[in-house]
Amino acid sequence: MSTSQWPLWEVFIRSKQGLNHKHVGSLRAPDATLALENARDVYTRRSEGISIWVVESAHIHATDIDEAASFFEPSDTKIYRHPTFYEVPDGVKHM
Amino acid sequence: MTQAEQERHFNDKIAREIKIEPNDWMPDEYRQTLVRQISQHAHSEIVGMLPEGNWITRAPNLRRKAVLLAKVQDEAGHGLYLYSAVETLGTDREQTIDDLHSGKAKYSSIFNYPALTWADIGAIGWLVDGAAIMNQVALCRTSYGPYARAMVKICKEESFHQRQGYESLIKLCNGTPQQKAMAQDAMNRFWWPALMMFGPSDADSTHSDQSIKWKIKRFTNDELRQSFVDATVPQAEILGLTIPDPNLKWNEERGHYDFSEINWDEFWQVVKGNGPCNKERLEARIKAKEDGLWVREAANAFAKKRALKKTA
Repeated sequence: MSTSQWPLWEVFIRSKQGLNHKHVGSLRAPDATLALENARDVYTRRSEGISIWVVESAHIHATDIDEAASFFEPSDTKIYRHPTFYEVPDGVKHM
Repeated sequence: MTQAEQERHFNDKIAREIKIEPNDWMPDEYRQTLVRQISQHAHSEIVGMLPEGNWITRAPNLRRKAVLLAKVQDEAGHGLYLYSAVETLGTDREQTIDDLHSGKAKYSSIFNYPALTWADIGAIGWLVDGAAIMNQVALCRTSYGPYARAMVKICKEESFHQRQGYESLIKLCNGTPQQKAMAQDAMNRFWWPALMMFGPSDADSTHSDQSIKWKIKRFTNDELRQSFVDATVPQAEILGLTIPDPNLKWNEERGHYDFSEINWDEFWQVVKGNGPCNKERLEARIKAKEDGLWVREAANAFAKKRALKKTA
């Protein structure tokens, strides 16, 4: 039996309390328990993490890279969502 | 988008230093070059464990043994980051490994030289990891995102690899005359193979031009080799070791050290599989895969059993 039959897992690590889990890479493992142990050995040999998530890559849904321009267009056109859009007289403080 | 538009978009990203990510459109040749280079890099990390692993049980004391173990574990980790990066290009991980075992894929020729004495372990850390770092620091800015990210992590971890080797050689060089002689002997055998690690000279490098244009490589082989020589000569002086090259001399005008021509016949012989340890290294990798089969099967069986228990 080959390792190709082991699913691919994406690894996310929280480096310290208060920060998000962040994607660090992937690995192959037969199940979640071993994926977590392998992730510890591969990605946290120098105390890089206090918490690990592993997610089977097949379960990740992603936006289509070719549709990205139109998909994200609504937010690109709304500059009035940013504070710099508004003019405030000189001298106004704490705003 | 038409193919031409996609190509223009791709070239524009490269020009603007925007990283290429796995699902982005890329020219087939860019993909193939990356698969070849990253997998070769991954194989080098894995095969690189063999000459050093051989010395773990014979390290002179517990401190050196713990250090060597940690270094070899790092190399395994580095191989895995890189296999994971190759996989983002749509290749099959097991096929990538089998390509090494069939001889289709290459790995760094340096690992086809034997580690004969304890001083060799110091020389490998200092010179071989030193040369690798020179190359890898440049690759942190490579244009393919997953490769660049793997390189950043690897570089962070590898700086101790070079320092521990150098430290170990300092001990030997300040030791008995026999120990100093052992260090010099290691230097004599590893200097030229370390310079060969940067690959063929620019004039003979088949992939170099395009790789520089695509920003896969940021410096040419000869540029990196020169940087390595310039950085290493003063380090050798502090050790009190002689670099085995009668033509090695500071060139005021160039602002670099001049050095002799590499023995390219030897380089190509080792690349073609005729180095001192090529056969042994490949056999060891194939054996490791075959002997580990029962472990992979047991892991599968255990995963299945646990899954059944969960549903029951």
